[in-house]
Amino acid sequence: MALYSDKVMDHFRHPRNVGVIENADGVGEVGNAKCGDIMKIYLKIDNDIITDVKFETFGCGSAIASSSMATELIKGKPLSQARELTNQAVTEALDGLPAHKIHCSVLAEEAIQKALEDYYHRQGIPCEETPVTCHTCCSGEE
Amino acid sequence: MHIYLDNAATTRLSDAALTAMLPYFREAYGNPSSLYSFGQRANEALNAARASIAGHLNCDPTEITFTSGGSEADNQAIRSAAALGARKNKRHIVSTTIEHHAVLHTLKRLEKEGYEVTLVPVPENGIVRAEDVAAAIRPDTCLVTVMYANNEIGTIQPVAGIGAICREKGVLFHTDAVQAAGHLPIDVRAENIDMLSLSAHKFHGPKGVGALYARKGILLTSLIEGGAQERGRRAGTENVPGVVGMAAALDEACAHMEENQARITALRDRLIDGLSRIPHGVLNGDRENRLPGNVSFCFEGIEGESMLLLLDDKGVSASSGSACTSGSLDPSHVLLAIGRPHEIAHGSLRLTLSEETTPEEIDAAVAAVAQVVDYLRGMSPVWRDLVSGVTPFVIQ
Repeated sequence: MALYSDKVMDHFRHPRNVGVIENADGVGEVGNAKCGDIMKIYLKIDNDIITDVKFETFGCGSAIASSSMATELIKGKPLSQARELTNQAVTEALDGLPAHKIHCSVLAEEAIQKALEDYYHRQGIPCEETPVTCHTCCSGEE
Repeated sequence: MHIYLDNAATTRLSDAALTAMLPYFREAYGNPSSLYSFGQRANEALNAARASIAGHLNCDPTEITFTSGGSEADNQAIRSAAALGARKNKRHIVSTTIEHHAVLHTLKRLEKEGYEVTLVPVPENGIVRAEDVAAAIRPDTCLVTVMYANNEIGTIQPVAGIGAICREKGVLFHTDAVQAAGHLPIDVRAENIDMLSLSAHKFHGPKGVGALYARKGILLTSLIEGGAQERGRRAGTENVPGVVGMAAALDEACAHMEENQARITALRDRLIDGLSRIPHGVLNGDRENRLPGNVSFCFEGIEGESMLLLLDDKGVSASSGSACTSGSLDPSHVLLAIGRPHEIAHGSLRLTLSEETTPEEIDAAVAAVAQVVDYLRGMSPVWRDLVSGVTPFVIQ
């Protein structure tokens, strides 16, 4: 399908890091079933390094591909680097997304930030909360 | 292997239609408005097509106007009735919540122009109640427009009943029969239909051509100005090959309607039975009173676009009413109208058959859908919460 880049289709057809981590050190969930996208990220962290990451996604092709790519971008990386992950980085790594699908990459970024914040909370480490916004149907944008 | 199950979107041109059209591209290519015999040969083809289509609808050939398709016919019918109503100071229109956007968007535009619109809701079976339509009619109602059969969930509407009510109350009645023409028997006289839209490519005719039937005496407003074609009701040189192809396709569809219905309905029911075995899925629209070729399901816990992409990988062309496939932010207005919650409507799948569909294709499609649904549920956090009892199932 010409709608998506080969990279998006590859990550959609063969998503990396799908699944659940039992006893995860940090979990983040964003989105809303009403809007048609939910992403959940599980992190395993050791010595400030993300040693494992898994995701579950309810959503369209680009939502699944964005989750997959986002997990690849932070796997094995230090927390400080994961904290700087942006949706632009996810989009670029996927060789771009259609304009009306950019919100999928935003959700991926937010899910990862939420999971990191969950880890900090559990550790009692103060952190700045990323404001999570619904970028799809509830935002009132048209 | 390619399994085409999106015949409500468009169909393959039939051999009969193609054969009928070919001479009008390079041999009899004259302009039907030209008075010399070469032009008149094209005009005769138009007239023959008009007579043939009129015969299948049980109307007079002068009551048929050729258009670019169903959307244009819907626009013109509604605009014309609105203009006629305004002359009598009647600016209220009755329709339903499940109409095609060609109707709903035209009505939205008319609302901005000062008309009032009542959209009658439909129950869960997707069939509007004629008495609810009757109750919505007011003294200032100038038009009732209700589709013949729904394009997403295939439900057949009580057109004859609504027609009788409208005739009795003296209100114009238009029906968008784009999904019905060539598939269901239509008789505009017996069903008291004042205006009807149809589109050729939904019954194995060519794309870009359709027709509007308007009962004698109903003045049509021309949407396109510039010439006296179609008795002044639609300017522009007629699409002669298209019109000829449309007539040939409708001829063929009507000649084989009963056998096609029986064959396709049996395949449809085989598909419905197969998909019903997938847990936590639900058929959209009435099980019996639906188009022979329409199957529409919602599967809980997954999203439609990812389903379509994976089905495409397996060679199955299908459609969905999820927001991601509609290009809008909301899922299908039809699924919401029959009471499906947003999160369920996102997981919709429409498979539409034709007489070319085979039992082997149906069985392969059932297997493909079951695999795809299972796979996507396996990575869905929504599904995990449902099976682990965190949230209750909506579809049992």
